[in-house]
Amino acid sequence: MNFLYAAYTATWIIHITYLASLFRRYKRLRKEIEELKK
Amino acid sequence: MSVLVPITRATLAKDLRLEWRSKDAINAMLFFALLVVVVFSFSFDPDAEESRQIAGGLVWVAFLFAAVVALNQTWARELRNQVLDAYRVSPAPANSLFLAKALGNFIFVGVLEALMTPLFIMFYKLRALGPAWQLFPVAILGTWALVVNGTFFAAISLRTRSREIMLPLLLFPISIPAILGMVNATTAILTGELSARFWIVLLATYDVVFTTACLLLFETVLHAE
Amino acid sequence: MKRVFPILGILTAILLSYALYEALVVAPTEQTMGNVQRIFYYHVPSAWTAFLLFLINFIASVVYLVRRNPVADVIALVTAEVGVVFCTVVLVTGPLWARPVWGIWWTWDIRLTSTLVLWLIYIAYLMLRRFSTSGQTPVLAAALAVFGALDVPLVYFSIWIFRTQHPQPVIGGGGSIDPVMLHVLLINWAAFLCLAALVCWSRYRLEMLQREVEQAQAQESLVAPRGAR
Repeated sequence: MNFLYAAYTATWIIHITYLASLFRRYKRLRKEIEELKK
Repeated sequence: MSVLVPITRATLAKDLRLEWRSKDAINAMLFFALLVVVVFSFSFDPDAEESRQIAGGLVWVAFLFAAVVALNQTWARELRNQVLDAYRVSPAPANSLFLAKALGNFIFVGVLEALMTPLFIMFYKLRALGPAWQLFPVAILGTWALVVNGTFFAAISLRTRSREIMLPLLLFPISIPAILGMVNATTAILTGELSARFWIVLLATYDVVFTTACLLLFETVLHAE
Repeated sequence: MKRVFPILGILTAILLSYALYEALVVAPTEQTMGNVQRIFYYHVPSAWTAFLLFLINFIASVVYLVRRNPVADVIALVTAEVGVVFCTVVLVTGPLWARPVWGIWWTWDIRLTSTLVLWLIYIAYLMLRRFSTSGQTPVLAAALAVFGALDVPLVYFSIWIFRTQHPQPVIGGGGSIDPVMLHVLLINWAAFLCLAALVCWSRYRLEMLQREVEQAQAQESLVAPRGAR
């Protein structure tokens, strides 16, 4: 039973981790764009 | 097409001659091969019965490591002397360069295997219970499988950071069916329990597919560096 | 275009929640395996999605090798990354399902092993893209993708031979599927496909933005700074 919750949780952790890394890269890019605009 | 063979032969002869004269790579690799066999013998020390079951895997993993060391220096000389640029502008077909390198590696790794095998037989008291002659096609097909892809991936890895680790990183996953074939064919022949025929067919198919792919794509890769 | 994205995001979230509800509540409990079997509704759609993404990567790689179209290259990169994410899900949920049901974390059955090899090949692909310093990395990566695609049927065949010689317990057996279960499975697949499309789109936009920024930075370094003369 716990395995079921573990599997579903793991799935979402994997997806959320990836999306978080995308978001972090986006933030960094935005900063670089600000630098360029100066 | 008509220039392919003579240019391949000439390039291969040049490589072999250079290697023979300098002997630095050969000596280092021979010693490395010996070390691998010895270390494996200390790590896995079974009696004669078990040894036949695992020897297939052991031997080919040892060959694989030796092959990677040999493959890593495939293009080293060309890189050092900017030979690749000269090759790119010359009218010589790119495939002749590739075939020369692949054949050179094949001979090289073959020599290493020929030296490591008697040592393995000695340390593990190996004796083939199945048809021993089949070990030759397995060795030839298996070695070519590693070498043809290894030479190609060595070219891809030329301009990467951590070049030496990039080659095995690319080579190992793609080689898994071939490794499965080599190991299981060897085990089948040593134990005599199963037929190695399917595995030999698999290795032959693998060789044909990937040799074709390498020949079709090498020119693209050469110009992409 | 800007408004479509958040709308799609919300729709996907709703679909995923509904699919989760279906998987946990609506789907009938399996007779032999019990509730653990519900992992199936996440495991299988993730696998199908990963394979679809890798197929798109292969097509994009071939298009790039033939046409050198930069969009094809970005599509190849994006589908490889997102494909690896979904493939990781498959490889994690698989053992979590296998352990309680069959007592083992892993077995060298044909589907699991093929998935593992595919995952390894694409991790190698992503490493090549990251570590290559060549100006023509997309070409090299595309060549690798072609090799990977050629390898997959060979992997399948080699493991099939192995399994014929060394029979082992079959995991996730075949046979017909209950129609309600099929319905739940398909809903979850639709939900994950939407998620994949959304993530791919995000990654695509991010990559395009990154390339624009890099180009701008390159041009910036060519222009002499004020007061340099």
